[in-house]
Amino acid sequence: MAGSSRKTSRFLLGNLIAAITRYKKGDRASKKSLINPKVFRRCLSLLLFFGIWQLLCQTKFNFFINFENVPSPIEVVGATVDFVKSNPTKHIKASAFRVLTGFATAAVLGISLGILIGWFQKIEDLIFLPLEILRPIPAVAWIPLAILMFPNAEAGMIYLTFIGAFFPILISTIRGVESTDMLLLRVGQSLGAKQWHIFKDIVVPGAMPSIASGLVIGMGNSWFCLVTAEILAGRYGVGYITWESYVTSNYPPIVMGMLLIGLMGAFSAYAVDRLTCLLMPWRITKKKTV
Amino acid sequence: MAVVVEKNLLQRVRGFVEVEDLSVSFKRKGHCVQVLESVNFKITPGEFVCLLGPSGCGKSTILNAIAGFIQPTSGFVFVNKRHVDAPSADRGFVFQQYSLLPWKTTFENVEFGLKIKGTPKAERTELVDYYLNLVGLSKHRHSYPHQLSGGMQQRASIVRALVNSPSVLLMDEPFAALDAQTRHMMQELLLSIWSDLKTTVIFVTHDIEEALFLSDRIFVMGVNPGRIKQQIDVTLARPRLVDSMISPAFIALNRQVFELIREETLKSMEVD
Repeated sequence: MAGSSRKTSRFLLGNLIAAITRYKKGDRASKKSLINPKVFRRCLSLLLFFGIWQLLCQTKFNFFINFENVPSPIEVVGATVDFVKSNPTKHIKASAFRVLTGFATAAVLGISLGILIGWFQKIEDLIFLPLEILRPIPAVAWIPLAILMFPNAEAGMIYLTFIGAFFPILISTIRGVESTDMLLLRVGQSLGAKQWHIFKDIVVPGAMPSIASGLVIGMGNSWFCLVTAEILAGRYGVGYITWESYVTSNYPPIVMGMLLIGLMGAFSAYAVDRLTCLLMPWRITKKKTV
Repeated sequence: MAVVVEKNLLQRVRGFVEVEDLSVSFKRKGHCVQVLESVNFKITPGEFVCLLGPSGCGKSTILNAIAGFIQPTSGFVFVNKRHVDAPSADRGFVFQQYSLLPWKTTFENVEFGLKIKGTPKAERTELVDYYLNLVGLSKHRHSYPHQLSGGMQQRASIVRALVNSPSVLLMDEPFAALDAQTRHMMQELLLSIWSDLKTTVIFVTHDIEEALFLSDRIFVMGVNPGRIKQQIDVTLARPRLVDSMISPAFIALNRQVFELIREETLKSMEVD
């Protein structure tokens, strides 16, 4: 067993070195090779990640961090196959519904409150401080109150995903509105604009890039809070599977659940990013390289 | 010419600008800084006037006070006998920085003032198209500001102000950020538009040649505190072309103004 594992690790190492040398050559002769160097580098990053992980598990790496009980990528793939076979949609649907509902509520409330707080000093004075006190409280700390406050577990869970998304959206909106360009306000005034037009045509569009990044971060955070939320109750959900597997000492599905949340979070954040870009065709989106 | 455009051009009122005993001071680091001290002048309707001076002489402050962006510490500004106390579309402003709204296309930027005023859609389109054509931007009507060159953005800014038929056009070093070639083209374009519309123009600059080339009258400004040091009538014949800039009269005036400005620049350097 030990011999075979050493063999595999040597094999993996060999592959790695070969890949790196290929990559170095490929960079110079990238025009000749069929593989796009950018795509190649990204694939390599994934390969390295899973390769090193598998290596650490196989060698039962144990120096301060212990990999003895960590499921290896291959075991996780096994767990994923089992999960896919066992009607996974009800879990994914339940989680997606909670996150989307929480996120949508957070977006509506966060943007509208943020605009009001950012634009009107009196409203800021009246409501900003309590919100600042609530902001650093992590979702886990909300669990007891969520149970006490909401009529059913579902509402409590949605509330926790809402908490994750609300504050980044609120803060980004406030900052966006506050950073309105003085010059553009004067432009509006000299064209005869009164409060309403200045607000609608200058302040709000000017805050949009900032609001958009708040939405992207908020979407990620919502998924972040999902496991916490689904600890609360429920029989379905990706976070529920993750937690349930831990309780029953069934380790591979934990990692699968984690990765699934990561993937769904990344995908939905990407979707939010694309959608908000569509709303701002006037932005320069190319990366600036010096 | 279409009826709408003709009406827009005819209803134009030329501004009579009076600045009376205008003083402005700001609080800076605890103590008061006098930026302007009792500035007085009158500008007749349709006149092209330049405020010329070294940096820190308060020339932009005068313009901001006429626009209504800042409140004078004492004194008054009247345009057509009406007291100025707030910004309005009646005093069009062209800023030094590129100031088109980044989220609006060229067309929408120029249209914005008319939209605020509540001009009907068909009329707006006709007017905006006329003005965009006037400055050669018809092809770029659907471009966003970041897709335009600096010169194009400033041309759009000029017509954005003009489409509202302002009685005065206030221009704060609008061509300062442009390269020399483009700047010269813009000066010629501005003069040709002005000779058609004859709107009153107050133009701030620190460039002597620019002031001489454009204006009927130059107010040379002095520093510490900012004030009008001398008025110079620019009697060079119009229309002015590139040749005007090498005429003996132009060169003589240039020399005279140069000496005046030089004194003030030295003075401002001593104090700093």
